[in-house]
Amino acid sequence: MAELEAVIGLEIHVQLSTRTKMFCGCELSFGDEPNVHTCPVCLAHPGVLPVPNEEAIRYALKIAAALECEVAPRSIFHRKNYFYPDNPKAYQISQYDLPLAVNGRLGEIRIHRAHLEEDAAKTIHLGESGRIHGSGASLVDFNRGGTPLVEIVTEPDLRSAAEAATWARLLRTTVRQLGVSDVNMEEGSLRVDANVSVRAAGSERLGTKTELKNMNSFRFLERGIEAELARQRELIGAGGTVVQETLHFHPEDGSLTPLRSKEEAHDYRYFPEPDLVPLAPTEAMLREARESLPELPEARLRRYGEEMGVAEDVATVLVADPDTADYFERVAAAAGGVEPRVVANWVTGELAAALRGDGGESAAASKVEPEALATLVAMVQEKKISHGSGKAVLAALVAEGGDPLAIVEREGLAQISDSGELESIVAAAVDANPDAAEQVRAGNQKAIGAIVGAVMKETKGRADGGEVNRLIRAKLGA
Amino acid sequence: MGELLELSVAQAVARIEAGEVSRGEYFAAWRQAAAGDELNAYLWRAEEGGEGEGALGGIPVAVKDLFCTDGVETTAGSRILEGHRPLYTATAVRKLAEAGASVLGKTNMDEFAMGSSNENSAYGPVLNPWDRERVPGGSSGGSAAVVGGRLAPCAIGTDTGGSIRQPAALCGIVGLKPTYGAISRYGMIAFASSLDQCGPLTRDVTDAALLLAAMQGRDPCDSTSVGIEGGVEAPRREDLAGLRFAVPAELAHDAIEPGVREVFEATLKRIEELGGEIAEAPLPHAEHGISAYYVIAPAEASSNLARYDGVRYGIRKGEAGDLIEMYETTRAEGFGEEVKRRIMLGTYALSSGYYEAYYGRAQKVRTKIAEDYAAAFARFDFVVTPTSPSVAFRLGEKTDDPLAMYMNDFFTVPMSLAGIPAISIPAGLATPNGGGPELPVGFQIAAPAFAEQRLLDAAYALERAIGFEARPGDGAGG
Repeated sequence: MAELEAVIGLEIHVQLSTRTKMFCGCELSFGDEPNVHTCPVCLAHPGVLPVPNEEAIRYALKIAAALECEVAPRSIFHRKNYFYPDNPKAYQISQYDLPLAVNGRLGEIRIHRAHLEEDAAKTIHLGESGRIHGSGASLVDFNRGGTPLVEIVTEPDLRSAAEAATWARLLRTTVRQLGVSDVNMEEGSLRVDANVSVRAAGSERLGTKTELKNMNSFRFLERGIEAELARQRELIGAGGTVVQETLHFHPEDGSLTPLRSKEEAHDYRYFPEPDLVPLAPTEAMLREARESLPELPEARLRRYGEEMGVAEDVATVLVADPDTADYFERVAAAAGGVEPRVVANWVTGELAAALRGDGGESAAASKVEPEALATLVAMVQEKKISHGSGKAVLAALVAEGGDPLAIVEREGLAQISDSGELESIVAAAVDANPDAAEQVRAGNQKAIGAIVGAVMKETKGRADGGEVNRLIRAKLGA
Repeated sequence: MGELLELSVAQAVARIEAGEVSRGEYFAAWRQAAAGDELNAYLWRAEEGGEGEGALGGIPVAVKDLFCTDGVETTAGSRILEGHRPLYTATAVRKLAEAGASVLGKTNMDEFAMGSSNENSAYGPVLNPWDRERVPGGSSGGSAAVVGGRLAPCAIGTDTGGSIRQPAALCGIVGLKPTYGAISRYGMIAFASSLDQCGPLTRDVTDAALLLAAMQGRDPCDSTSVGIEGGVEAPRREDLAGLRFAVPAELAHDAIEPGVREVFEATLKRIEELGGEIAEAPLPHAEHGISAYYVIAPAEASSNLARYDGVRYGIRKGEAGDLIEMYETTRAEGFGEEVKRRIMLGTYALSSGYYEAYYGRAQKVRTKIAEDYAAAFARFDFVVTPTSPSVAFRLGEKTDDPLAMYMNDFFTVPMSLAGIPAISIPAGLATPNGGGPELPVGFQIAAPAFAEQRLLDAAYALERAIGFEARPGDGAGG
C-alpha cells in the first residue's frame, strides 16, 4: 500500500468587529443578555429590507488586501435558503458565484476566495445532547444574528494537521493585526472548519473529503484533523472508501460523529438577493484598504530575522500577538546599544515567565513600561547588576511597575564592582569548602559549583557569575 | 356632506387650505363613507385623522394592507399574519403622513399580492363597485374598489405585474405604477422584490401626481430606491403635439374582448386628434413576459415567504409536535391555495438542477424585454396598450383556471419586468363578453424609466380629451 498523503483545506469564518450588524443598525455585542440587540430587520419582520454596512465592506476589503486577493469590480449578494430557527429570514445573505475577493495567498497557502455574509443567531438546545435532536426545547438568542462575517476558503494546500494549525495561527495573527476582528476561537469570533482527505502520495487527484466542524481552539483543530486523517487512512487501508459527510468534533473526548443527514440534505436554492444592488467598491475604497495595511506578521517575521538578528522561534512567538510585537519594538528602540536579539529573549523568556506567574497579563497590558524593561536589560548587559538580580527587579516591575534604577537602589542589588571586596569573599568561600577546592585543583570542573554557590549566597546574587568563576580558578590555579 | 365626496384630492386640498372646508368635516365625511363599505374592501378603518398640514393636508388615504402601519394590524390578506401589529410604519405611508395625509383604512387584497381578482384574500373577495357580481381586479382590489366606489378619495397599492393598473382599469379609476426604485419598498411586505413597486390609485391623473410627489424619493432603508430626479409636479399639458406613441405590433394577434378593443382604438384616435403620432413598434419578447414573470415572481416569493414560520409573529399551529411539524402546520393552515401554488412553483424553479432552465432563462427573457422597450423608446415617447384584455369578469369565473387568470396580466407584466413606469386611465365603457351592463375599460401608457413627469403630462392631456364621467350606479350595476 502506497503512503497516503493528507490533503487539507480550511474554511474560516471571521466575525468583523464593526460597531453595528451587517444589514441593520443593531450594535454588536458579546455576552449581553439575550435578544437585546435586535430590531425588525434582524428579526426578519414582514416588510423590512437589508442595508449593507459600509464599515463591514471596508473591513472585508482590508482582509482581501492582506490576503493579496483580486477584488471583484462588482460582486453579488445571494440568498442561501434554508429553514432553521437561527435564520429568521429563512435565508442567509451571503455571496455565491461572484464573491468579493478571489485568488489570494498567505504564506505558502493559496486563498481560493473570501466573501462577506451575515452570521446566524445562536441556538441553545436544552437537554443532555446539546443538539436539536433529542432536545426538549431550544432557545434562540438573536443578538449574534446578522453579525458581519468574512468567510475565507483556502485551496487544499495543507499537508498535515500541524501545518494546518500553524497556518491558521498565522491567519489569526494577520487578521488581528488588521484590527478588524477579535479573532477569538473560544468566543466564536474566529471559526475554522477543515476539509480533509487523503490520497496516494504523488497523486494529483483529490480523494473524497469530509468536513470537520466545531473545533473551537487551535489544539482541537489539530487533534480533529489528526483523528480524521487516522480514520481515513485506516478505512482505506482496510479496503473501505471515504463517504463525503460533515463530522462534528467533540472536544470532551476528541471523537468525531457525523451530523444527521436531515440537517445536511440541503438544496440552498441560491439566487441573487433582489433587495441589494451589486457591491462595487470604488477605486478610493480599494486604495484606502491597501494603504491602511499595517506591516503584516509575515513581513514582520522576516524583518526580525534579517534586520534584527532575532532567532526564528523567538520571532514567531513575538509576531503571534501584534501587541507583544509592538511592545518588543518599543523596548528594543529604548534599549539603545543592546542587541534586539537579547531584548527579544527577555520579552519572550524572562518577562513572559514573570507575567505567567503573575496572572497571565500580556506584556503590553502589564505594569512593565517598555522603557523600564529597556533600562533593566541594559543594566544586566552592562553588568551593572547580575542576571539573577535582573530577574528580581523584573518581578518587582511586574508587581508594581516603576523605575528599575530605583528598585536596584532600594533593594541594594547593584553588582559588587569593587574587585578587592569580591576577591576577599572568594578567598573565604575557598577556605570554607576545602573538599571542593581540592577537586577543582585535581581538574574536576563541576566541583566549582559549590564554591560559586557559596559566593552568591554571601553576595545575595549581586556578583557577576563569570567574574566569580574567573577569580576562583585564578585562586586555585586551575 | 355628499358634495365633499365629489371633490378630487387636489380640489379638497385647495378648499381646506382656503378654509372653505374644515379638516374635521372632510375627514368625518370620508369616515362615514368608509363605514358604509358593502364591498368588503376595508379590513380596518381609522377612527380619527385628517389633522395633518402640507401638500396633502387633511387628506385621508386608503392603504393596501401590504403596507406596515405601526400598531395597526397588517395582514397582507393572509391568515398567517392574522393579528400581526407591526412595530414600524412603511416609508411610503410615513411620507404621505409627512405631507399631511392620514390613513383612512387598510384595504383588502389578494393574499401577499398574488392574484388578479382579489378572490385570493383570506378575508373574502372584494366586490366591484360597478357590478357586485364581478371582481374588482387584483391584487390591489380593495384600494381600487374604495376609490371607484367613493369610499375613499384616494388610495395606495402595490404593483408587481399589474396589481395597481389592472384593478384601476376594472374599477374605472387611474392607477400608476412608477419606475422600479421611484418609491421606497421599506415596510411593504415583499412578494417579488425585484418587481414590487408602490403607487397611487386615484380618481384622476392630477391626484396620482400629487400622491407620487409625496411618496417618491431615495430612502436609506431601501438600497434599491433612487427617487425621481427633479421630483414630480402637477401635470399641465393640454395636447400631445409632437409626441410619438407606439402600439406593439404583436397586439393584433391577442385575445382582446371586442368591447375593449373598440375603446382602445377610439382612444388611439383621440391621441391623433390631440396631435400625437401613432405607429406600430415591434416588442417581440413581450409575449414571453407572462412565462418569465410566473417563474421570477414565484421564485422570489418562495424565498420572501419562507420567514412565515410561526416562530416570531402571526399565527402558530402544530406546537405539540417538533420544530418541523410546527413549521409545516403553521404554513399549511396559514397560507391559501394560490400562495402555496406559487411557493411550489418558485421553489422548483430555483432548485438545484433546474435553476438554469427556469430562473436563469426567465432572467434572460427579462433582459430581452427590457431591451425591446429600450429600442422602442429610442423612436417613441410612449408605448400604449389596453390595460387588461377584458373588463371586470364574474366572481368565480376564472378561479379554477390559474392560467386564464394569469393572462389578465398579459399587458401589464412586461413593464414590470422592464422596471419602467406605466399608468392606466379610464378610457370608456364596454359591454362584457356574454352581455350585461357596460363596464370601464383602462388604457395603459408606458414611458421610459424615471420619465414619470412626461407620462403624467400625456395622461393628463388624454384624460381631459376623453372626459370620462361615468361612475358606478349610473348603469344597471351598482
